[in-house]
Amino acid sequence: MPDPDRQDRETRSRMRTSARQAITAAGADTESLALGRRSKSEAWKSVAFLALMLFCVLVALALLVTLIIDAFIDGSSRLNADLLTQFPSGVPENAGLQSAIFGSLWVIGMMIITVVPLAVGAAIYLEEYADRSKWYNRIVELNIQNLAAVPSIVFGILGLGLIVRGPLDLGFVAYAGSLTLALLVLPTVILASREAIRSVPSSLSDGSMALGATKWQTIWHHVLPNAIPGIATGTILAVSRAIGETAPLLLVGATVFVTFNPEGPFSEGYTTLPVQIFNWVSRPQDEFRTLAAAGIIVLLFILLLMNSFAIWIRNRYARQT
Amino acid sequence: MADQLQTGADVKTAPPAIDAPDAAPNGGPTSSSAPVLSTENVHVFYDGIPAVKEVTMDIPRHRVTAFIGPSGCGKSTLLRSFNRMNDLIPSAEVTGKVLYHGQDLYGSGVDPVEVRKHIGMVFQKPNPFPKSIYDNVAFGPKVLGMKVDMDEVVENSLRHAALWDEVKDRLKQSAFGMSGGQQQRLCIARALATNPDVLLMDEPCSALDPIATGRIEDLMVRLREEYTIVIVTHNMQQATRVSDRTAFLTVELDEQDNRTGVVVEYDETEKVFSQPSDSRTEAYVTGRIG
Repeated sequence: MPDPDRQDRETRSRMRTSARQAITAAGADTESLALGRRSKSEAWKSVAFLALMLFCVLVALALLVTLIIDAFIDGSSRLNADLLTQFPSGVPENAGLQSAIFGSLWVIGMMIITVVPLAVGAAIYLEEYADRSKWYNRIVELNIQNLAAVPSIVFGILGLGLIVRGPLDLGFVAYAGSLTLALLVLPTVILASREAIRSVPSSLSDGSMALGATKWQTIWHHVLPNAIPGIATGTILAVSRAIGETAPLLLVGATVFVTFNPEGPFSEGYTTLPVQIFNWVSRPQDEFRTLAAAGIIVLLFILLLMNSFAIWIRNRYARQT
Repeated sequence: MADQLQTGADVKTAPPAIDAPDAAPNGGPTSSSAPVLSTENVHVFYDGIPAVKEVTMDIPRHRVTAFIGPSGCGKSTLLRSFNRMNDLIPSAEVTGKVLYHGQDLYGSGVDPVEVRKHIGMVFQKPNPFPKSIYDNVAFGPKVLGMKVDMDEVVENSLRHAALWDEVKDRLKQSAFGMSGGQQQRLCIARALATNPDVLLMDEPCSALDPIATGRIEDLMVRLREEYTIVIVTHNMQQATRVSDRTAFLTVELDEQDNRTGVVVEYDETEKVFSQPSDSRTEAYVTGRIG
């Protein structure tokens, strides 16, 4: 017969052991469940990564802000209505940007009208119709990617030989500038449009085709409307690049001292903002430098207006989907 | 409305067959004699490798026919060959004959777009267009150039799909504001709006909860009165609940380890589930495989 006391002791000791085990187990649980507690090095890495990314944004932003502030300081004395209404002149006080503003608007406006249908059409062909197993389609794709990297001056030479003279023989007119810039930005807009078309879910076109819609009806009613935001983004990029282009335009007829506005895309003689600014910067007198700075502000403002319009289009269509 | 379906129809189907959904509102056994669709030795290849092979079957009129089988057995592939949706996949190729009222859907001179006007389809995941509920239903009749009273077509289609009462006050609102089950019924209404003869449904309930599934199943049983329905399903209970005939497909491996689907058994649903003639069917329907 075991001693009851001893038995009791043994029981208690066993209970203590199990309690200890339970506590240890609970402790282990707490450790593995430590929500919100991270190792110090991991936390530090996160902060460092965030700081690095923030630094990258700030560098880009700082450069832009510096440019704008610098242009404002230099150009604010000439930033007035006269700058917008007067024509170029050899006398700095009388010089203005009217013909350059109208020239830029004509060149860029006609470029958008030309490049968007061309690029969207090419993108639709490449995404929806082209059979990629065919060699000629692969060559087209490869060439579009390569064209995006060709220096703009090369497009200027092409424009001079092909559009101003040569087969098209348009002469030194604003539309020659538009066409040259359109060729320049065409690859960018095609690539952006293709991306936009590709991102339209295939379940949409399947649903449309299954209802007996033709391929063209499916593209027109479903693919294109849903691709508009992406196409608008591509067009913003294209306009931003084209509006600042100087070199190719110098080759296809943009001149300085144009003291009249272009009457239309096919009237001879035009200038654009960057060409005019370039001319002013290269002059020795300080007054012209001031004018150039003021011109940069005007150019940035017009770019901002055009981009706002494109962003408005993008958001309008993005909300519908 | 049936007249409008004929406009520009290159498919030389027998007109009575196309008129039938309207002409025989009671549907039912009277017209079950000739099959609506029948396949003769159909193979579907992807990149030259067979995904489904040697399918010969008749799909009876005004019946629900179910395709069941394990994943990858080619049920959906076979279904998509019935309205030439496989044409949209460049690497896909169909051989053999798919006869629709006796005419080969893959014959020369058949326009796949015309085929899809007669044979509608509902997909696995509800895919309403990013438009209003009204425009979703009206899209088919609009692009097909059907000269109909659009309001009437939209209302009828939504009533047929048992959706009208839920959405009649918000027809102009986006279809994306609806629940998944409502979206799927909208897709059914959208398919019905073009007045098709056959409705193909590719796992229409796999993305839905049991209540929404139940509603779609009720709908299928009702739609059988006017349409021929072919449904692919993963859910064997669903096949027993809604279908009149069931085809069991399974995967066969060839020497190169290519997976090819074959139809093992095709019979009345009751027979397939209670007295299957093939041991593979029995293993599948009793839950021992798959």
